[in-house]
Parts: sequence; C-alpha cells; structure tokens
Amino acid sequence: MSDVAVAVNQLTKQYGSLNAVDDISFAIALGETFVLLGPNGAGKSTTIEILEGFRRRTAGEVLVLGEDPYKGDRAFRARIGIVLQQAGDLGRLTVRQTLQHFASLYPDPRDVDEVIHAVDLASKSEVAIRKLSGGQQHRVDVALGMIGNPELLFLDEPTTGFDPEVRRQFWEVIRRLQAEGTTIMLTTHYLDEAEELGDRAGIIIDGKLVALDAVSQIGGRKLRVPVISWIEDGHKRSERSEQPAAFVAELVARLGREPERLNVRTPTLEDVYLEMLDGRNDA
Amino acid sequence: MTRTLPGVFRVGVARIGYELKTYVRTPDSMFFNFSFPLMMLLVFSVAFSAQDFGIPQLGIEVSSAEYYLPAMIAMGIFISGAQNLGIDIATERNDGTLKRLAGSPIAPVSYFMGKFGQVFITGFVQLVILLVVGGVFLGAGLPSEPMKWLTLSWIFVLGIVSSAVLGITMSAIPRSAKSATSVIVPPLLILQFVSGVYLQFSQLPEWLQDIASLFPLKWIAQGMRYVFLPDAYAGGEIGGQWNLSGVAIVLAVWFVVGTVGAALTFRWTKRD
Repeated sequence: MSDVAVAVNQLTKQYGSLNAVDDISFAIALGETFVLLGPNGAGKSTTIEILEGFRRRTAGEVLVLGEDPYKGDRAFRARIGIVLQQAGDLGRLTVRQTLQHFASLYPDPRDVDEVIHAVDLASKSEVAIRKLSGGQQHRVDVALGMIGNPELLFLDEPTTGFDPEVRRQFWEVIRRLQAEGTTIMLTTHYLDEAEELGDRAGIIIDGKLVALDAVSQIGGRKLRVPVISWIEDGHKRSERSEQPAAFVAELVARLGREPERLNVRTPTLEDVYLEMLDGRNDA
Repeated sequence: MTRTLPGVFRVGVARIGYELKTYVRTPDSMFFNFSFPLMMLLVFSVAFSAQDFGIPQLGIEVSSAEYYLPAMIAMGIFISGAQNLGIDIATERNDGTLKRLAGSPIAPVSYFMGKFGQVFITGFVQLVILLVVGGVFLGAGLPSEPMKWLTLSWIFVLGIVSSAVLGITMSAIPRSAKSATSVIVPPLLILQFVSGVYLQFSQLPEWLQDIASLFPLKWIAQGMRYVFLPDAYAGGEIGGQWNLSGVAIVLAVWFVVGTVGAALTFRWTKRD
C-alpha cells in the first residue's frame, strides 16, 4: 500500500481555448492536509472537482486513493468525503434525520451522534436544516462530508462567507479530523486558513501552479527573508536581511539613535502570496 | 478492512422513507401534486351540481361528481408521476442534491427506487382519498364488479409508472431550480385540457386528439371512464369502444421506452 493519497501529474482542463487548469502536478501524502490557494477564478474549484470525480480532465493523470476518480465506483466513493462549495439542497428534514439517512449509504459510517457533536450541532439536531443559520447549515455540510468515515476529505472553499467566530469553530472540527489521521484537501482564498490548517500548500494563479511547498516555506527562501523597515529623514525605508539583528545594530550605529518606527518582520504567507499576485499583475 | 457496501435494494427502501418524509414536508408538492385533484373534484362537482351529465334518451342519469371522478383520478395519477417527478428531479439536479448524491456511494437504481416508491405511495393514498370523497361523500358511487376494480388496479400501476418516466424525461429540460415549476407545469396543464380531463375528449378536433393520444394521460382517462361511467358511455369514445387493450399497449410502451431512455440518458450532474 502506497502512502500517497492523491497524485496529480500534468493535469490540464480546457474549456474551449481556455486552459482553466494548465499542466499542474502535485501529490498529497496520506494523513496530510494540503491547501490549494489562489484568487477567484484561478482554477482551484476545477482542480478539486476533477479530483472529486465530478469533472473530466482534458489531459494528464490523476490518481485518488489509487483510482481514476472520474471512473470511481461505489466502493471508491465510500472512501472519500466531499464538502461542496455551496449547497442549497437540504432543508425539509432535521439534522439528525438527514445524517442518519446519509450514514445508511456507507459501509462503515461514523456514529451520527458523534458527528453531530463534532460539528457542535447537538442543540439543533431535531431542527429542520432550512431553519438553521447559514453557518450552521454549512456545518451540516461538513457533517455530511465526514459521516461516511472517509479516508480522504475534500473541502472546496469551506469558510467563504463565514464570520470569524464561525470560521474558528470550523477549524476546530478540521483539527479533530486531522488528529484522527484523515487526509484533507481544501481550497481557499484565505491565507490565514491555509496557515492554520495546512501542512503543505500549492498556489494556483491563472490555472498554473506557481508555488508548491510546506506552508512555512512556500514562496522560497528569497521571499521569506525578513524585512526591516523604519523612517529616516521623514522617508519610509525598508531593507531585507538574512541577519536582521545585525542589520538593526548597524542601523543604530549609523544613525546614532533609535530608528523611528522600527519594524522587523518575517514575511507571512500573506506577504508571500500578495507578492506573487503582484508579480503576475506586472507581467 | 473493506466492509461491504450496503445493498442496492436496502438503500432503495431507505430512500423511499427519506423521499416520503421530504414530500409531506414540502408545501408545494402537498398542494399542487397531492391535493390538487381533490380540490378540482370538489370545484367541478359543486359548480356543475345542477347539471345532468347523463344520456336522457337511455334514461341514464349521471351527476357532476360521478362524471368528474374518473377524470380527476386520471389527472391525479398523471401529476403524481409526471408533474411531481419532473419538478422534483429538475430541482434536485439544479440545487445540488444530485451532485451530493453523485459524491456518495449510492447507486442510481436505489435513487430511482426511492422516487418510484414515493410516487406509488403518494399516488395510491391520493387515489383512496378521491374514491372515498368522490364515491362516498359526493355520492358518485363506486364500481360493484370485481372486473372494474381489477382494471382500476392495472391502469393505476401502468399509468403511474408511464407518467413517472415522462416526468423523469422532462426533468432534463429546466436549467435552474427556480424555473423548474414554470417549465414543467404549463405543457402538462395543456395536456390535461386536450386529454379529456376537463373537456370532453370526443368533442376535440381530430388533430388535437391525435396529439393527445401520443401521451399517457388520454389513455389513463379513457380507462378510468370505463371503470366509473355506465357502459353506455363507450358510445362517446373513439370507435364507440373503451379500447382497453389500446390503453394497456400505449401505457406499457411508454413505460418500457421511457425506462430505457431514462437509463441511457440519466446523469447525476449537469454536463461539464
């Protein structure tokens, strides 16, 4: 048994003459959480929907749990879980009735009460889903994604439109799944979400994978070099340095006083990402 | 390590329960599909209560309730299958229900077992209510010969399955969940007018009769008139006969062709 959950090799998806996904390759290890980051329309959803088996690819190879997802049979679909981007389909039945029904579709489902508890809906379990708030409804979606006890869970922009409080609750649910060893692939355009949850990330822009690395490393060494900024003679100055402490000491010596509004920071994922987007816009 | 998948039949039975629970909690389906024929029966029976639909030359008297009961039973069977499933599946295809199911290990056969089960059970309960209200409370009377009850049974079964496959076929047309009702209902309503439900079939122009004869409803309504109206009414039918074998053949062909067509064309999701 291999330790690769998802293998994507030179995947391309064309719509007419447009390459929505353009020759991307990456792999996800079992137990890993992989984040596909990118702006709207970059190709994130197309990629994840190909991996979920909803869309056919134009070229390239895709293996999900060792199988071609587009041809995936019932046994294959019992091993994956999918949380759709926006769902408006549920509503008339209660949270519990719906989860019980979906549990009955799987060979080895999780306990319904456990799942309801995990997504923090115990107090709403007997309420019709349409009467829940948007955030609560989305937690039902997550519950349905995990009810079949999947080895691999796909989440497509799971927290878009959530308020910060609800996003944090959602992250807690995902962390519990991570702790249980579930492999997770999620797409997002929130950088903090990628930093909070991801082991590794890929950044996709205009259908191309422009970066692929551990979340803490992505963008390469150069973009991660600390930035020292200060005000000198009324002008904002900034420099990058691998030795920021030494740089600041020199700066103090040169100025003969404390630099005004001194700031030293290591670029976050967000800085790296924005720099990449800038690079694209300049091109 | 791998556990066996739940059986297709077992999941299908679970789907029937799930579909029924959803149906009874959806006001639109309870009103427009389930209660509609009963309301129409009440309206027509009361509105034309002073009128005699009988054949005075033969000394036959037929009340408005008696005259409209077979028509409304036929209409109920037809909309329980065609209108209900047409709207239901079109909505499910466009609101994400089918996509969610496509990502789960359910087999399409189980899904359709759920739909047919729901259609059968709601159609049957509707039929019983129409028989009780029309036959007993409105005084239309019920057939006394066992033959007629047998005919009612097979027309119900064939009628509802052929209407259901018509609905499944039509469900591919609407492009959004919101437009499902407005796309599905009008053509079916027109069909009700030209199939002898509201208007007397034999008085329609021949070309309209020919068009209506291509669809199940005309044949269901004809069979129901045989069951509920006096035998002398056969004279009002085309060729002066009830033509029950015609009813059986057309409905069976609809069911077989429709099922094969649906099996070949059904897709969980919209084309990529």
